[in-house]
Amino acid sequence: MAETILKVSNIETYYGPIMAIRGVSLEVEEGQMVTVLGANGAGKTTILKTISGVMDPQKGSVTFEGREIQKRDPDWVMRQGIAHVPEGREVFPFLSVRENLMMGAFTRTDRSGVDDDLELVFGYFPVLKERADQRAGNLSGGEQQMLAISRALMSRPRMMLLDEPSLGLSPRLVGEIFGIIRRLNEEQGMTMLLVEQNANMALKTAHHGYVLEVGRIVMEDSCARLMEKEDIQEFYLGVKDEGARGKRRWKKKKLWR
Amino acid sequence: MLINGIAVGCIYGMIALGFVLIYKATEAVNFAQGDIMMLGAFAAFSIIALLGFNYWVGLFGAILIMAVFGYALEALLLRPVIGQPQFAIVMLTIGLGFIFRTVAGAIWGHDPSAFYTPFTGKVSSFGPVVIAQENLAIIIGTALLCLVLYLFFTRTRLGVAMQASSQNQLAAYYMGIPVKRVFSLIWAISAGVAAVAGVLLSPLTLIDPGTMGFFGIKAFAAAVLGGFGSIPGALVGGILIGLVEQFAGRYLPAGFQETSAYLVLLLVLVLKPSGLFGQMAQKKV
Ligand SMILES: Nc1ncnc2c1ncn2[C@@H]1O[C@H](COP(=O)(O)OP(=O)(O)O)[C@@H](O)[C@H]1O
Ligand SMILES: [Mg+2]
Repeated sequence: MAETILKVSNIETYYGPIMAIRGVSLEVEEGQMVTVLGANGAGKTTILKTISGVMDPQKGSVTFEGREIQKRDPDWVMRQGIAHVPEGREVFPFLSVRENLMMGAFTRTDRSGVDDDLELVFGYFPVLKERADQRAGNLSGGEQQMLAISRALMSRPRMMLLDEPSLGLSPRLVGEIFGIIRRLNEEQGMTMLLVEQNANMALKTAHHGYVLEVGRIVMEDSCARLMEKEDIQEFYLGVKDEGARGKRRWKKKKLWR
Repeated sequence: MLINGIAVGCIYGMIALGFVLIYKATEAVNFAQGDIMMLGAFAAFSIIALLGFNYWVGLFGAILIMAVFGYALEALLLRPVIGQPQFAIVMLTIGLGFIFRTVAGAIWGHDPSAFYTPFTGKVSSFGPVVIAQENLAIIIGTALLCLVLYLFFTRTRLGVAMQASSQNQLAAYYMGIPVKRVFSLIWAISAGVAAVAGVLLSPLTLIDPGTMGFFGIKAFAAAVLGGFGSIPGALVGGILIGLVEQFAGRYLPAGFQETSAYLVLLLVLVLKPSGLFGQMAQKKV
């Protein structure tokens, strides 16, 4: 069995008095792709921000490669080897695509390694090579997502955190981006923690999954088994075959009586 | 007269540049910018007139001293206030301006001082045109400074990281950029630029705590005219204010020269608050 690279233990994170994460634990093994599924507002982004040091947990710990990293500054966490692809892409709008990528490699001093990685990234996302000298703000949403992923790769991280890469993209683009995410995991052995609302794509792509509801993990299993579960199909995959629907109506009726 | 206006305008432009750099990065307006320029001029005065070093030592010494001063100012006083309402930062910088003036008066006296520069009282002639060297020094100095800053912000890793931190602070953190240190460095650069402005201005106006503070307010008008947030805008705004002042002094009744900058500021705020270069795209924070 592969080694655990990231271990989140029982974290509680607050926005002022509001408890957004209510004791979450999860583990990611080296080379694995783990997903956290949850509806809007479930706390997915907050978990990632707690890992990368943007938010400090009130309780609990985050351990990366055997070292506690909670409550540190985000630039320090990043230098430990965790790259964060934030929700909403967050590219630098007035910098060129190439400059954005070089910012991803800000902490590195090995120039030839950086050049190699630039070529690697352009290999995965040829459209970024075509647009290398354009301002990132002028890219389409899908291209910006590709840039955000590439920028994170440029730090040559030990693991990546991906926050809803499917957000606001067309199904075709979502398919394309998840294809590349899977390839990065398989070909580069990149360890990934992916949080998503798009359960369908995430479960098809990742190995292991957690289901998050209002700040708590309510279910955990391999993605293959999660996909088989009835309530996952019903609430996250939107399976609409007659049987499931009929049952749901029946349940509601029973509740009302 | 035209040259005079451009030269003084360059000074406004350099101070306005400091306003804009700090504003773009931290969304704070540093109203002490003019007073920092005064301190820079006094630093040079100390090095040249009191310690007896030559002009160039004074210039670069003043830049260095003020850069360190700006860095420390941000790291020690401003950073704790970040996250407080804008108002708190504005009050803090205005207060700092007062303190700087008082302290400068206590150290160097309130009487105007001056130091020798290689340009004082000399002229250069280009065919029929005769230009005072102190003006020429300001214009060339500003151009060189802009070139250096431009190359720094576009060609160096740290410079691009400063742009990145201004554009998206959170993402800059995710890239491992030490954003706090970058903001301190931006204050250092602004203070260094103010020092250059102060030293170049010294042959034109005597250094005293009172007058140099006014330059800050006029430079603020220049920054607003330029669209507050645009670096070329700050320079163009500065030069325009410098010219307006000169021509107002010549063609309008007495008193207009001194107030014309404020009139321009009011007009811009009423007619086109976004300034001349104010198409800055929406900034994400
Ligand atoms: N800046 C904030 N201030 C207060 N509450 C917030 C803030 N950001 C998120 N929350 C709350 O925290 C909870 C989790 O949010 P988030 O982690 O963004 O969810 P998700 O990424 O799963 O959509 C939500 O209930 C949300 O309302
Ligand atoms: Mg989210």
